[in-house]
Amino acid sequence: MKITLRVNGDVHETDVWEGESLLFALRERLGLPGSKNACEQGECGSCSVLLDGELVCSCLVLAAQAEGHDVVTVEGLASDGQLHPVQQAFAETGAVQCGFCTPGLIVATADLLAHNPDPNDDEIREALSGNLCRCTGYAKIFDAVRLAAGRPL
Amino acid sequence: MNLPSNRLLQGRESQLELGRVGESVRRVDAIPKVTGEFAYASDLFAAGMLWGHTVRSPHAHARIVEIDISQALAMPGVHAVLTHDDVPGARTYGLEFSDQPVLASDRVRYFGEAVALVAAEHPEQARRAAERIAVEYEPLEPVVDPERAAEQPPLHEENPTAGHGFRDDPRPNVLRSIVIRHGDPDAEGEISVSGVYELGMQDQAFLGPESGLAVPDAEGGVDIYVATQWLHVDRDQVAPCLGLEKEQVRIHLSGVGGAFGGREDLSMQVHGAMLALHTSRPVKMVYSREESFVGHVHRHPAKIWMEHRATKAGRLVNVRARILLDGGAYASSSAAVTSNAACFAVGPYQVENALIECTCLYSNNPPCGAMRGFGAVQSCFAHEAQMDKLAAELGIDPVELRLLNALSPGDTLPTGQKVAGSFPAAEVIRRAAELRVPEPEELPRDPIRLPGGAGNTTHGQGVKRGVGFAVGFKNVCYSEGFDDSTAARVKLWKGADDELVGEVHCAACEVGQGVTNVILQVARTELGTENVALAPGSTAGVDSAGSASASRLTWMAAGAVRLACRDALAEYQAGRQVVDVERTYHHPRTAPLDPETGQVKGDRVHVAYMCAAMRVVVDVDVELGLTRVVWIGTAQDVGKALNPQAVHGQIEGGTAQGLGLALMEEIQTRDGLITNASFTDYLIPTTLDMPPVEAELVEEEEPEAPYGVKGVGEPPTVVSTAAVVSALRAATGRELARVPVRLDDLAL
Repeated sequence: MKITLRVNGDVHETDVWEGESLLFALRERLGLPGSKNACEQGECGSCSVLLDGELVCSCLVLAAQAEGHDVVTVEGLASDGQLHPVQQAFAETGAVQCGFCTPGLIVATADLLAHNPDPNDDEIREALSGNLCRCTGYAKIFDAVRLAAGRPL
Repeated sequence: MNLPSNRLLQGRESQLELGRVGESVRRVDAIPKVTGEFAYASDLFAAGMLWGHTVRSPHAHARIVEIDISQALAMPGVHAVLTHDDVPGARTYGLEFSDQPVLASDRVRYFGEAVALVAAEHPEQARRAAERIAVEYEPLEPVVDPERAAEQPPLHEENPTAGHGFRDDPRPNVLRSIVIRHGDPDAEGEISVSGVYELGMQDQAFLGPESGLAVPDAEGGVDIYVATQWLHVDRDQVAPCLGLEKEQVRIHLSGVGGAFGGREDLSMQVHGAMLALHTSRPVKMVYSREESFVGHVHRHPAKIWMEHRATKAGRLVNVRARILLDGGAYASSSAAVTSNAACFAVGPYQVENALIECTCLYSNNPPCGAMRGFGAVQSCFAHEAQMDKLAAELGIDPVELRLLNALSPGDTLPTGQKVAGSFPAAEVIRRAAELRVPEPEELPRDPIRLPGGAGNTTHGQGVKRGVGFAVGFKNVCYSEGFDDSTAARVKLWKGADDELVGEVHCAACEVGQGVTNVILQVARTELGTENVALAPGSTAGVDSAGSASASRLTWMAAGAVRLACRDALAEYQAGRQVVDVERTYHHPRTAPLDPETGQVKGDRVHVAYMCAAMRVVVDVDVELGLTRVVWIGTAQDVGKALNPQAVHGQIEGGTAQGLGLALMEEIQTRDGLITNASFTDYLIPTTLDMPPVEAELVEEEEPEAPYGVKGVGEPPTVVSTAAVVSALRAATGRELARVPVRLDDLAL
């Protein structure tokens, strides 16, 4: 079936199979592989995107369901060649190791700071508890969130 | 062929980070990783690409009567369905022993064993076709209890691990057995404590599932872009199975989403290449999470009987240990895990006498192999429980007891190897013990900072605090005579403005640990220029780097790159316009263990050692058995930190994996069938589970290593399981002899 998706401000017309997830369509149809597939059941947060400004796991949204909605992926956060402050902070603090969880965590952190610009440690932990990371033990991810929170978004 | 070469190179060509040895430098691949542009193996794409899928056994042990692929072949979009009959070359492969079939022929030995392959235009078409492959199985009695396996019919009649210099053990299903006799194994002490300890099967649970892209080269060969830990040994296993010469198979490192030992063995490499060569099309394979859980090896489950005999003053006199490891269906790296479990069974303590028996068995459980800290994790959990038990029995402070027995240079290990070089066990113990434990937080407090968290299960009632301590150690690099050398190739030429330009080739696998930065830091330091690039990792163009495992790659890659840079620079300075040198670095030679006595047949069985000590504070709701780890402090012997930010990252991440094994992580099986192959049912620590980790780096340079480095990845994982459980024991008074600790074990 043909659907139209609005992703990172661009309109894409694409042909999908009815059962395809938004994640699959982003990665394999639209050439946006930044959102990662790590569990396919909404447990790990690696595929986090914003759907009309709301944080969702794109593996749990059908591509067809996203028609008519605004999708923002990790590829859409940097603007005019400038990294988003959350991206900058993750790179600086050593919050990235293998990096497979990073796009999802960056989208989730951007969403947290958009709603709560100055979160305390408990709020950071709770907000990111749906994003699994196997490499870092999270310490430097918390550093990144605190660093980004201190900078203008 | 439209190969995504731009994507394949990303993260290796961006050379913006200019630090030298000893400086904290931003990861070279940090920017592409935060923008989403970094290409992992699962992100690869080639024009005309098909999707591969693996059909796996639903049985732990069965005879294959018949495989009918006719219906699957007729499904829409399907281009190939392959079985064991289609394997072009050798039918088996293996890291150390070639005992694992590429595709099962007449028998499957574990749940999830690969039986057939499909290539189709859409991954869903491949999955649906796979469901139409009719495999008739005749189920067999599975061997699932390692305590009985040595009395059951052999799973490998040909005994693949015999004749490799191991101890002769005629019992069926013995993969390897080691006996270490040190001093007088019957020596008596004035006091004795003993226990039986068990560890469940842990999974590496890296976030990026197994993936790769195989591209036929139109001349009968194949290029494989894959997430792996050891490019050259992949090639050495893949080429014979494809019936090709090594040069016809080129393995290229793609973006790796974590490894932790789970990518040492092959996953899709042969399968993807078979499909690609058969269809003459590029074939991509990406495992689902469920397939990932069954598609790679796990940490060996263990049962350990241990007795410590000591003087009343607390000096160890004799340690007696019997260790049983479940190797699962195929050998993988079980022989090395068995050796580690045996060699480190006593811990970093001086003891004159020991008797250590360690046996690893084949079974129809999931195959086990390398995982961070392999073998040492299991032993550390047991010897540290024993040290706490001994301290309690003697009424000695547990830290004092460990200091009293701490191993130092000049002492002798149970294998007969004398400790030489750097071994600051006492120093790490002291430094960890000096870290200030935080005061208990006042009540009432946000439930998120209490056991049970947002579940709001307590406001502080029934919560008990415990402080635990543990020490662990492990070897750096491969052991027992294995020469795991690393090659590096350095090209130098005069660039614009007459400046020196360098290009480094090294097949060291960047798996997230940061070896790319290490290589570039070394090259900049040695060449004295910032104009250095690292070429993409590949088997083409440079010899083996060895594996990204055993905490070895910082040492080995630094050694090789330094050697090649120095020789290249000398040639350049002698006037050569274009320099191209390749050098191979070897670590100090090791020797095997005597198969009968377990004593080293030369100076050393291991290259060098790393140790770590850890202090942990927990809150336990003893009414419900819920736990919150409050704080972790650790001191780790790192030799020399080449990139301190990355070293801290390794310690924090490694600690989290050990905490996971202590509290929640276990691959569960029933009659050999995995019952929790998902992130819903196999839990790993989240942001809510991890406390702050305060880490002290003990930098005592290793005299034989480049820049004095050691490894850093494994010691935090070795010690943290033991340390967390030590704290749980302090909070509850329970013995807690099995990990992961269950709620019922803790609750009143």
